Amino acid sequence: MATQSIHIVGASLAGIRAAEALRRCEFDGRIVLIGDEPHRPYDRPPLSKQVLAGDWDADRIELTKPEKFDALDLDLQLGVRATGFDLATRTLSTSDGDDTIDAMVVATGARCRNLPGIEDMAGLHVLRTLDHAHALRADLDAGPSRVAVVGAGFIGAEVAATCRGRGLDVTMIDPMPTPLGRVLGEEIGSLMADVHVEHGVDLRTGVGVDRLEANDGHVARVVLSDGAVVEADVVVVGIGVIPNTEWLEGSGLTIDNGVVCDATMLAAPGVTAAGDVARWPNVRFDEVMRIEHWDNAIEQGVHAAERLLVDDANALPFEPVPWFWSDQYDRKLQMAGRIGSSDDIHLATGSFEERRFAQLHGRNGRLVGVLGLNRPRHVMQYKTMIQNGTSFEDAVAAEI
Amino acid sequence: MKIVVDFDLCESNAVCMQIAPDVFEVRDDDFLYLLNENPDESDRERMEECVQRCPKQAISIED
Ligand SMILES: Cc1cc2nc3c(=O)[nH]c(=O)nc-3n(C[C@H](O)[C@H](O)[C@H](O)COP(=O)(O)OP(=O)(O)OC[C@H]3O[C@@H](n4cnc5c(N)ncnc54)[C@H](O)[C@@H]3O)c2cc1C
Ligand code: SF4
Repeated sequence: MATQSIHIVGASLAGIRAAEALRRCEFDGRIVLIGDEPHRPYDRPPLSKQVLAGDWDADRIELTKPEKFDALDLDLQLGVRATGFDLATRTLSTSDGDDTIDAMVVATGARCRNLPGIEDMAGLHVLRTLDHAHALRADLDAGPSRVAVVGAGFIGAEVAATCRGRGLDVTMIDPMPTPLGRVLGEEIGSLMADVHVEHGVDLRTGVGVDRLEANDGHVARVVLSDGAVVEADVVVVGIGVIPNTEWLEGSGLTIDNGVVCDATMLAAPGVTAAGDVARWPNVRFDEVMRIEHWDNAIEQGVHAAERLLVDDANALPFEPVPWFWSDQYDRKLQMAGRIGSSDDIHLATGSFEERRFAQLHGRNGRLVGVLGLNRPRHVMQYKTMIQNGTSFEDAVAAEI
Repeated sequence: MKIVVDFDLCESNAVCMQIAPDVFEVRDDDFLYLLNENPDESDRERMEECVQRCPKQAISIED
Protein backbone atom coordinates (compact mmCIF):
# COMPACT_ATOMS: atom_id res chain seq x y z
CA MET A 1 0.00 0.00 0.00
CA ALA A 2 1.29 3.43 -0.84
CA THR A 3 2.56 5.56 2.00
CA GLN A 4 -0.26 7.61 3.51
CA SER A 5 1.55 9.75 6.02
CA ILE A 6 5.14 10.61 6.89
CA HIS A 7 6.47 11.78 10.23
CA ILE A 8 9.62 13.86 10.19
CA VAL A 9 11.25 14.11 13.59
CA GLY A 10 13.55 17.13 13.95
CA ALA A 11 12.42 20.45 12.48
CA SER A 12 15.68 21.90 11.28
CA LEU A 13 17.70 21.83 8.08
CA ALA A 14 17.45 18.14 7.16
CA GLY A 15 13.83 17.94 8.33
CA ILE A 16 12.47 20.91 6.39
CA ARG A 17 14.37 19.99 3.22
CA ALA A 18 12.89 16.49 3.52
CA ALA A 19 9.39 17.92 3.83
CA GLU A 20 9.90 20.13 0.79
CA ALA A 21 11.26 17.22 -1.22
CA LEU A 22 8.17 15.13 -0.42
CA ARG A 23 5.88 17.84 -1.75
CA ARG A 24 8.11 18.32 -4.80
CA CYS A 25 7.66 14.60 -5.46
CA GLU A 26 3.93 15.22 -5.29
CA PHE A 27 3.40 13.32 -2.09
CA ASP A 28 0.00 14.62 -1.04
CA GLY A 29 -0.46 12.65 2.17
CA ARG A 30 -0.08 13.98 5.68
CA ILE A 31 3.36 15.25 6.68
CA VAL A 32 3.92 15.68 10.40
CA LEU A 33 6.95 17.81 11.28
CA ILE A 34 7.93 17.48 14.93
CA GLY A 35 10.56 19.66 16.58
CA ASP A 36 11.39 20.33 20.20
CA GLU A 37 12.54 23.89 19.60
CA PRO A 38 9.83 26.57 19.66
CA HIS A 39 11.06 28.08 16.38
CA ARG A 40 10.30 27.33 12.77
CA PRO A 41 13.33 25.82 10.99
CA TYR A 42 16.21 28.28 10.92
CA ASP A 43 19.76 28.27 9.64
CA ARG A 44 22.56 27.55 12.10
CA PRO A 45 25.79 28.68 10.36
CA PRO A 46 25.00 32.40 10.87
CA LEU A 47 24.62 31.79 14.63
CA SER A 48 28.39 31.86 15.13
CA LYS A 49 28.87 34.54 12.48
CA GLN A 50 26.38 37.31 11.61
CA VAL A 51 23.89 36.62 14.43
CA LEU A 52 26.57 36.56 17.11
CA ALA A 53 28.20 39.63 15.60
CA GLY A 54 24.88 41.43 16.02
CA ASP A 55 24.52 42.06 12.27
CA TRP A 56 21.59 39.73 11.63
CA ASP A 57 18.45 39.03 13.61
CA ALA A 58 16.33 35.90 13.74
CA ASP A 59 14.15 36.90 10.78
CA ARG A 60 17.19 36.79 8.50
CA ILE A 61 17.84 33.11 9.12
CA GLU A 62 14.50 31.43 8.52
CA LEU A 63 15.08 28.45 6.21
CA THR A 64 11.85 28.75 4.30
CA LYS A 65 9.87 31.93 3.72
CA PRO A 66 6.54 31.94 5.59
CA GLU A 67 4.33 31.82 2.48
CA LYS A 68 6.29 28.86 1.08
CA PHE A 69 6.29 27.20 4.46
CA ASP A 70 2.52 27.50 4.75
CA ALA A 71 2.07 26.13 1.24
CA LEU A 72 3.74 22.89 2.34
CA ASP A 73 0.62 22.19 4.36
CA LEU A 74 2.45 20.49 7.22
CA ASP A 75 1.06 19.19 10.45
CA LEU A 76 3.57 21.27 12.37
CA GLN A 77 4.28 20.28 15.95
CA LEU A 78 6.75 22.69 17.47
CA GLY A 79 7.80 22.49 21.09
CA VAL A 80 7.07 18.77 20.93
CA ARG A 81 9.72 16.25 21.84
CA ALA A 82 9.95 12.71 20.52
CA THR A 83 10.58 10.51 23.54
CA GLY A 84 10.48 6.99 22.14
CA PHE A 85 9.85 4.75 19.17
CA ASP A 86 8.98 1.11 18.77
CA LEU A 87 9.70 -0.33 15.36
CA ALA A 88 7.69 -3.52 15.90
CA THR A 89 4.44 -1.65 16.55
CA ARG A 90 5.52 1.50 14.68
CA THR A 91 4.60 3.61 17.69
CA LEU A 92 6.13 7.06 18.00
CA SER A 93 5.90 8.54 21.49
CA THR A 94 6.14 12.26 22.00
CA SER A 95 5.61 14.73 24.81
CA ASP A 96 2.12 15.11 23.29
CA GLY A 97 1.22 11.41 23.29
CA ASP A 98 1.56 8.36 21.05
CA ASP A 99 1.00 8.07 17.33
CA THR A 100 1.27 5.13 14.94
CA ILE A 101 3.49 5.94 12.03
CA ASP A 102 3.39 4.84 8.47
CA ALA A 103 6.84 6.15 7.50
CA MET A 104 9.39 8.35 9.24
CA VAL A 105 12.47 10.47 8.62
CA VAL A 106 14.74 10.78 11.65
CA ALA A 107 16.39 14.22 11.56
CA THR A 108 17.09 15.01 15.19
CA GLY A 109 20.60 16.32 14.53
CA ALA A 110 23.12 16.73 17.29
CA ARG A 111 23.67 18.72 20.45
CA CYS A 112 26.75 20.20 22.07
CA ARG A 113 29.00 18.18 24.28
CA ASN A 114 29.48 19.77 27.69
CA LEU A 115 32.74 19.99 29.59
CA PRO A 116 32.81 16.84 31.69
CA GLY A 117 32.41 17.36 35.40
CA ILE A 118 31.59 21.06 35.15
CA GLU A 119 28.33 22.26 36.62
CA ASP A 120 26.24 24.89 34.90
CA MET A 121 26.79 28.52 35.91
CA ALA A 122 25.95 31.97 34.60
CA GLY A 123 28.26 33.11 31.81
CA LEU A 124 28.94 29.55 30.64
CA HIS A 125 27.71 28.88 27.09
CA VAL A 126 27.51 26.40 24.27
CA LEU A 127 26.31 27.33 20.79
CA ARG A 128 23.94 25.17 18.81
CA THR A 129 20.54 26.86 18.85
CA LEU A 130 19.08 30.29 18.26
CA ASP A 131 18.32 30.54 21.97
CA HIS A 132 21.96 29.77 22.74
CA ALA A 133 23.05 32.47 20.29
CA HIS A 134 20.73 35.03 21.85
CA ALA A 135 21.92 34.20 25.34
CA LEU A 136 25.57 34.43 24.34
CA ARG A 137 24.99 37.61 22.36
CA ALA A 138 23.34 39.23 25.37
CA ASP A 139 26.38 38.40 27.49
CA LEU A 140 28.69 39.80 24.79
CA ASP A 141 26.57 42.96 24.57
CA ALA A 142 27.17 43.48 28.26
CA GLY A 143 30.88 43.98 27.51
CA PRO A 144 32.71 41.19 29.28
CA SER A 145 36.31 41.76 30.31
CA ARG A 146 37.40 38.60 28.49
CA VAL A 147 35.82 35.69 26.63
CA ALA A 148 37.40 32.27 27.06
CA VAL A 149 36.68 29.85 24.23
CA VAL A 150 37.24 26.22 25.15
CA GLY A 151 37.93 24.16 22.04
CA ALA A 152 39.49 25.52 18.85
CA GLY A 153 37.34 23.50 16.45
CA PHE A 154 35.22 25.20 13.81
CA ILE A 155 32.58 26.58 16.17
CA GLY A 156 35.14 27.72 18.75
CA ALA A 157 37.33 29.34 16.11
CA GLU A 158 34.37 31.17 14.59
CA VAL A 159 33.19 32.37 17.99
CA ALA A 160 36.70 33.62 18.76
CA ALA A 161 36.85 35.43 15.42
CA THR A 162 33.42 37.00 15.88
CA CYS A 163 34.27 38.11 19.42
CA ARG A 164 37.51 39.71 18.18
CA GLY A 165 35.43 41.41 15.49
CA ARG A 166 33.37 42.89 18.33
CA GLY A 167 36.56 44.16 19.94
CA LEU A 168 36.44 41.76 22.87
CA ASP A 169 39.50 40.18 24.46
CA VAL A 170 39.60 36.46 23.73
CA THR A 171 41.55 33.50 25.03
CA MET A 172 41.11 30.26 23.08
CA ILE A 173 42.14 26.99 24.71
CA ASP A 174 42.64 23.60 23.05
CA PRO A 175 44.42 20.46 24.18
CA MET A 176 45.70 19.72 20.67
CA PRO A 177 48.96 21.29 19.43
CA THR A 178 47.23 23.33 16.69
CA PRO A 179 43.64 24.40 16.08
CA LEU A 180 41.92 21.94 13.75
CA GLY A 181 45.21 20.11 13.20
CA ARG A 182 43.48 16.77 13.38
CA VAL A 183 41.17 17.72 10.52
CA LEU A 184 43.39 19.96 8.42
CA GLY A 185 46.86 18.61 9.18
CA GLU A 186 49.45 20.24 11.41
CA GLU A 187 50.79 22.60 8.76
CA ILE A 188 47.47 24.24 7.96
CA GLY A 189 46.48 23.99 11.62
CA SER A 190 49.50 26.06 12.57
CA LEU A 191 48.72 28.52 9.79
CA MET A 192 45.25 28.97 11.29
CA ALA A 193 46.88 29.39 14.71
CA ASP A 194 48.93 32.28 13.28
CA VAL A 195 45.78 33.85 11.85
CA HIS A 196 44.15 33.83 15.29
CA VAL A 197 47.22 35.20 17.03
CA GLU A 198 47.59 37.99 14.46
CA HIS A 199 43.99 38.93 15.12
CA GLY A 200 44.82 39.31 18.78
CA VAL A 201 43.60 36.02 20.21
CA ASP A 202 45.49 34.77 23.24
CA LEU A 203 45.84 31.19 21.99
CA ARG A 204 46.69 28.41 24.45
CA THR A 205 47.21 25.10 22.70
CA GLY A 206 48.39 21.79 24.08
CA VAL A 207 46.62 22.52 27.34
CA GLY A 208 43.28 21.42 28.74
CA VAL A 209 40.79 22.84 31.20
CA ASP A 210 41.08 21.68 34.77
CA ARG A 211 38.12 23.56 36.23
CA LEU A 212 36.00 26.67 36.10
CA GLU A 213 35.64 28.95 39.09
CA ALA A 214 32.69 31.18 39.81
CA ASN A 215 31.98 34.29 41.83
CA ASP A 216 28.41 34.37 43.19
CA GLY A 217 27.32 31.75 40.67
CA HIS A 218 28.85 33.62 37.69
CA VAL A 219 31.88 32.20 35.95
CA ALA A 220 35.00 34.18 36.79
CA ARG A 221 38.02 32.18 35.68
CA VAL A 222 39.22 29.11 33.85
CA VAL A 223 41.97 27.09 35.48
CA LEU A 224 44.04 25.24 32.90
CA SER A 225 45.67 21.85 33.25
CA ASP A 226 49.11 23.51 33.40
CA GLY A 227 47.96 25.58 36.38
CA ALA A 228 47.59 28.85 34.42
CA VAL A 229 44.54 30.94 35.24
CA VAL A 230 42.48 32.79 32.63
CA GLU A 231 40.23 35.46 34.10
CA ALA A 232 37.07 35.45 31.96
CA ASP A 233 33.45 36.32 32.66
CA VAL A 234 32.13 34.59 29.55
CA VAL A 235 33.15 31.04 28.68
CA VAL A 236 32.06 29.36 25.45
CA VAL A 237 32.57 25.62 25.17
CA GLY A 238 32.90 24.20 21.65
CA ILE A 239 34.18 20.67 22.04
CA GLY A 240 32.06 18.82 19.54
CA VAL A 241 28.58 17.38 19.31
CA ILE A 242 26.70 14.22 20.18
CA PRO A 243 24.00 12.84 17.86
CA ASN A 244 20.49 13.02 19.35
CA THR A 245 19.59 9.33 19.39
CA GLU A 246 18.64 8.70 23.04
CA TRP A 247 14.95 8.69 22.16
CA LEU A 248 15.62 5.75 19.81
CA GLU A 249 17.35 3.51 22.36
CA GLY A 250 15.58 0.15 22.42
CA SER A 251 13.45 1.09 19.41
CA GLY A 252 14.68 -1.73 17.20
CA LEU A 253 16.74 0.65 15.05
CA THR A 254 20.51 0.22 15.15
CA ILE A 255 22.18 3.06 17.04
CA ASP A 256 25.95 3.39 16.93
CA ASN A 257 27.25 6.96 16.99
CA GLY A 258 24.14 7.94 15.05
CA VAL A 259 21.25 6.14 13.42
CA VAL A 260 22.80 3.41 11.29
CA CYS A 261 21.41 3.30 7.75
CA ASP A 262 22.12 1.33 4.62
CA ALA A 263 23.73 2.92 1.57
CA THR A 264 20.36 4.36 0.53
CA MET A 265 19.68 6.01 3.93
CA LEU A 266 17.15 3.39 4.99
CA ALA A 267 17.37 2.53 8.70
CA ALA A 268 14.46 0.04 8.69
CA PRO A 269 11.52 -0.55 6.37
CA GLY A 270 9.81 2.82 5.98
CA VAL A 271 12.31 4.60 8.24
CA THR A 272 15.14 6.80 6.97
CA ALA A 273 17.55 9.20 8.63
CA ALA A 274 19.31 12.37 7.49
CA GLY A 275 21.64 15.11 8.65
CA ASP A 276 23.97 15.20 11.64
CA VAL A 277 22.22 12.22 13.24
CA ALA A 278 22.64 9.77 10.34
CA ARG A 279 25.42 7.26 9.76
CA TRP A 280 25.68 5.37 6.53
CA PRO A 281 28.18 3.73 4.16
CA ASN A 282 29.13 6.22 1.46
CA VAL A 283 30.03 3.84 -1.35
CA ARG A 284 31.89 6.52 -3.28
CA PHE A 285 34.55 6.60 -0.55
CA ASP A 286 34.00 3.07 0.73
CA GLU A 287 33.64 4.56 4.20
CA VAL A 288 30.95 4.66 6.87
CA MET A 289 30.31 8.31 7.63
CA ARG A 290 28.35 10.63 9.85
CA ILE A 291 28.67 14.14 8.47
CA GLU A 292 28.09 17.31 10.49
CA HIS A 293 27.90 19.75 7.59
CA TRP A 294 25.22 22.07 6.35
CA ASP A 295 25.13 20.95 2.73
CA ASN A 296 24.98 17.30 3.70
CA ALA A 297 21.88 17.90 5.81
CA ILE A 298 20.14 19.35 2.75
CA GLU A 299 21.14 16.67 0.26
CA GLN A 300 20.58 13.85 2.71
CA GLY A 301 17.23 15.27 3.81
CA VAL A 302 16.09 15.25 0.21
CA HIS A 303 17.46 11.76 -0.37
CA ALA A 304 15.92 10.33 2.81
CA ALA A 305 12.54 11.75 1.84
CA GLU A 306 12.65 10.44 -1.71
CA ARG A 307 13.81 7.06 -0.44
CA LEU A 308 10.49 6.64 1.35
CA LEU A 309 8.61 7.02 -1.91
CA VAL A 310 10.47 4.37 -3.95
CA ASP A 311 10.59 0.62 -3.56
CA ASP A 312 13.82 -1.16 -2.65
CA ALA A 313 14.56 -2.17 -6.23
CA ASN A 314 14.62 1.46 -7.36
CA ALA A 315 16.48 2.93 -4.40
CA LEU A 316 19.70 4.79 -5.15
CA PRO A 317 22.73 4.90 -2.89
CA PHE A 318 23.51 8.23 -1.26
CA GLU A 319 27.08 8.92 -2.31
CA PRO A 320 27.86 12.63 -2.06
CA VAL A 321 31.21 14.36 -1.92
CA PRO A 322 30.88 16.01 1.50
CA TRP A 323 31.94 19.63 1.78
CA PHE A 324 31.87 22.41 4.30
CA TRP A 325 33.07 25.92 4.86
CA SER A 326 34.11 27.91 7.88
CA ASP A 327 34.55 31.69 7.92
CA GLN A 328 37.04 33.11 10.37
CA TYR A 329 38.01 36.79 10.13
CA ASP A 330 38.57 37.39 6.42
CA ARG A 331 39.64 33.79 5.83
CA LYS A 332 37.28 31.35 4.15
CA LEU A 333 38.20 27.79 4.78
CA GLN A 334 36.58 25.12 2.65
CA MET A 335 37.03 21.43 2.33
CA ALA A 336 35.49 18.89 -0.04
CA GLY A 337 35.86 15.14 -0.10
CA ARG A 338 37.97 13.20 2.38
CA ILE A 339 41.48 14.02 3.47
CA GLY A 340 43.93 11.93 5.44
CA SER A 341 47.45 12.20 6.75
CA SER A 342 48.95 9.68 4.31
CA ASP A 343 47.43 11.22 1.16
CA ASP A 344 49.47 12.43 -1.80
CA ILE A 345 49.38 16.22 -1.68
CA HIS A 346 49.67 18.90 -4.34
CA LEU A 347 49.36 22.65 -3.94
CA ALA A 348 47.26 23.53 -6.96
CA THR A 349 47.07 27.28 -6.60
CA GLY A 350 48.33 30.00 -4.29
CA SER A 351 50.64 29.46 -1.32
CA PHE A 352 50.56 29.12 2.44
CA GLU A 353 52.40 32.48 2.73
CA GLU A 354 49.61 34.26 0.86
CA ARG A 355 47.09 32.33 2.95
CA ARG A 356 45.21 31.71 -0.20
CA PHE A 357 45.52 28.28 -1.73
CA ALA A 358 43.87 25.07 -2.81
CA GLN A 359 45.56 21.83 -1.78
CA LEU A 360 44.64 18.60 -3.51
CA HIS A 361 44.61 15.21 -1.84
CA GLY A 362 45.08 11.98 -3.77
CA ARG A 363 44.76 8.36 -2.71
CA ASN A 364 45.30 5.24 -4.82
CA GLY A 365 45.69 7.44 -7.86
CA ARG A 366 42.36 9.19 -7.41
CA LEU A 367 41.53 12.76 -6.38
CA VAL A 368 39.75 12.32 -3.03
CA GLY A 369 39.86 15.72 -1.36
CA VAL A 370 40.55 19.41 -1.66
CA LEU A 371 41.23 21.92 1.04
CA GLY A 372 41.10 25.59 0.27
CA LEU A 373 41.70 28.90 1.96
CA ASN A 374 40.05 31.88 0.23
CA ARG A 375 39.66 29.82 -2.92
CA PRO A 376 35.95 28.97 -2.93
CA ARG A 377 35.64 28.65 -6.70
CA HIS A 378 38.59 26.28 -6.92
CA VAL A 379 37.30 24.07 -4.14
CA MET A 380 33.98 23.66 -5.93
CA GLN A 381 35.62 22.91 -9.24
CA TYR A 382 37.84 20.25 -7.70
CA LYS A 383 34.80 18.93 -5.86
CA THR A 384 33.20 18.30 -9.25
CA MET A 385 36.33 16.43 -10.30
CA ILE A 386 36.14 14.25 -7.18
CA GLN A 387 32.53 13.57 -8.07
CA ASN A 388 33.55 12.56 -11.58
CA GLY A 389 36.21 10.15 -10.33
CA THR A 390 39.07 12.19 -11.81
CA SER A 391 42.55 10.70 -11.38
CA PHE A 392 44.97 12.56 -9.12
CA GLU A 393 47.29 13.03 -12.08
CA ASP A 394 44.62 14.66 -14.21
CA ALA A 395 43.52 16.88 -11.33
CA VAL A 396 47.10 18.04 -10.77
CA ALA A 397 47.47 18.78 -14.48
CA ALA A 398 44.13 20.60 -14.78
CA GLU A 399 44.24 24.35 -15.34
CA ILE A 400 41.46 26.02 -13.44
CA MET B 1 10.80 35.81 -12.32
CA LYS B 2 13.70 38.07 -11.37
CA ILE B 3 16.93 36.77 -9.84
CA VAL B 4 18.73 39.08 -7.42
CA VAL B 5 22.19 38.41 -6.01
CA ASP B 6 23.49 40.24 -2.98
CA PHE B 7 27.08 40.66 -4.08
CA ASP B 8 28.15 41.69 -0.59
CA LEU B 9 27.20 38.22 0.64
CA CYS B 10 28.28 36.20 -2.40
CA GLU B 11 31.68 34.56 -1.98
CA SER B 12 31.86 33.26 -5.55
CA ASN B 13 31.97 29.61 -4.62
CA ALA B 14 30.03 28.69 -7.75
CA VAL B 15 27.57 26.37 -6.04
CA CYS B 16 24.78 28.05 -8.04
CA MET B 17 26.77 27.67 -11.24
CA GLN B 18 26.89 23.91 -10.74
CA ILE B 19 23.11 23.83 -10.67
CA ALA B 20 22.38 26.43 -13.35
CA PRO B 21 25.44 27.29 -15.48
CA ASP B 22 23.22 29.08 -17.99
CA VAL B 23 22.16 31.58 -15.33
CA PHE B 24 25.17 31.88 -13.02
CA GLU B 25 28.80 32.03 -14.03
CA VAL B 26 31.80 32.47 -11.77
CA ARG B 27 34.66 33.50 -14.05
CA ASP B 28 38.40 33.22 -13.64
CA ASP B 29 38.41 36.68 -12.04
CA ASP B 30 36.47 35.07 -9.16
CA PHE B 31 33.41 37.23 -9.66
CA LEU B 32 29.92 35.94 -10.15
CA TYR B 33 28.15 37.08 -13.32
CA LEU B 34 24.43 36.80 -13.71
CA LEU B 35 23.91 35.62 -17.29
CA ASN B 36 20.14 35.76 -17.16
CA GLU B 37 18.38 37.99 -14.67
CA ASN B 38 14.94 36.91 -15.75
CA PRO B 39 14.78 33.16 -16.20
CA ASP B 40 11.58 31.73 -17.53
CA GLU B 41 8.84 30.94 -15.06
CA SER B 42 9.18 27.24 -15.99
CA ASP B 43 12.65 27.32 -14.45
CA ARG B 44 11.42 28.25 -10.98
CA GLU B 45 12.19 24.92 -9.30
CA ARG B 46 15.81 25.00 -10.39
CA MET B 47 16.16 28.65 -9.33
CA GLU B 48 14.73 27.79 -5.93
CA GLU B 49 17.30 25.05 -5.61
CA CYS B 50 20.00 27.65 -6.24
CA VAL B 51 18.52 29.87 -3.53
CA GLN B 52 18.49 26.99 -1.06
CA ARG B 53 21.92 25.61 -1.85
CA CYS B 54 23.71 28.96 -1.72
CA PRO B 55 25.45 28.68 1.63
CA LYS B 56 25.66 32.46 1.92
CA GLN B 57 21.96 33.18 1.34
CA ALA B 58 23.07 35.55 -1.40
CA ILE B 59 20.41 34.68 -3.99
CA SER B 60 16.79 35.70 -3.89
CA ILE B 61 13.90 35.53 -6.30
CA GLU B 62 11.74 38.62 -6.78
CA ASP B 63 8.54 37.60 -8.46
C1 LIG C 1 26.87 27.69 15.29
C2 LIG C 1 26.95 26.74 14.14
C3 LIG C 1 27.65 27.10 12.99
C4 LIG C 1 27.75 26.22 11.91
N1 LIG C 1 28.46 26.61 10.81
C5 LIG C 1 28.59 25.76 9.76
C6 LIG C 1 29.35 26.15 8.62
O1 LIG C 1 29.91 27.26 8.55
N2 LIG C 1 29.45 25.26 7.59
C7 LIG C 1 28.86 24.03 7.63
O2 LIG C 1 28.99 23.26 6.67
N3 LIG C 1 28.12 23.64 8.71
C8 LIG C 1 27.98 24.48 9.77
N4 LIG C 1 27.24 24.09 10.87
C9 LIG C 1 26.63 22.74 10.89
C10 LIG C 1 25.21 22.70 10.34
O3 LIG C 1 24.45 23.75 10.84
C11 LIG C 1 24.59 21.36 10.73
O4 LIG C 1 25.27 20.38 10.01
C12 LIG C 1 23.10 21.29 10.41
O5 LIG C 1 22.38 22.18 11.22
C13 LIG C 1 22.55 19.88 10.60
O6 LIG C 1 21.18 19.88 10.38
P1 LIG C 1 20.23 18.75 10.98
O7 LIG C 1 18.86 19.12 10.53
O8 LIG C 1 20.77 17.43 10.69
O9 LIG C 1 20.35 18.86 12.57
P2 LIG C 1 20.08 20.06 13.56
O10 LIG C 1 20.28 21.35 12.88
O11 LIG C 1 20.87 19.75 14.78
O12 LIG C 1 18.54 19.93 13.91
C14 LIG C 1 17.96 18.91 14.64
C15 LIG C 1 16.67 19.42 15.25
O13 LIG C 1 16.00 18.35 15.89
C16 LIG C 1 15.58 18.76 17.18
N5 LIG C 1 15.46 17.57 18.05
C17 LIG C 1 16.47 16.87 18.63
N6 LIG C 1 15.97 15.85 19.34
C18 LIG C 1 14.63 15.90 19.23
C19 LIG C 1 13.56 15.11 19.73
N7 LIG C 1 13.78 14.04 20.50
N8 LIG C 1 12.29 15.46 19.41
C20 LIG C 1 12.04 16.53 18.61
N9 LIG C 1 13.03 17.32 18.09
C21 LIG C 1 14.30 16.99 18.40
C22 LIG C 1 16.67 19.71 17.61
O14 LIG C 1 16.26 20.56 18.67
C23 LIG C 1 16.89 20.48 16.30
O15 LIG C 1 15.97 21.52 16.16
C24 LIG C 1 27.13 24.95 11.98
C25 LIG C 1 26.42 24.59 13.13
C26 LIG C 1 26.32 25.46 14.20
C27 LIG C 1 25.58 25.04 15.44
S1 SF4 D 1 26.09 29.94 -4.53
FE1 SF4 D 1 25.82 31.91 -3.51
S2 SF4 D 1 27.83 32.47 -2.73
FE2 SF4 D 1 28.12 30.87 -4.24
S3 SF4 D 1 28.53 31.94 -6.14
FE3 SF4 D 1 26.36 31.50 -6.10
S4 SF4 D 1 25.47 33.33 -5.16
FE4 SF4 D 1 27.65 33.42 -4.73
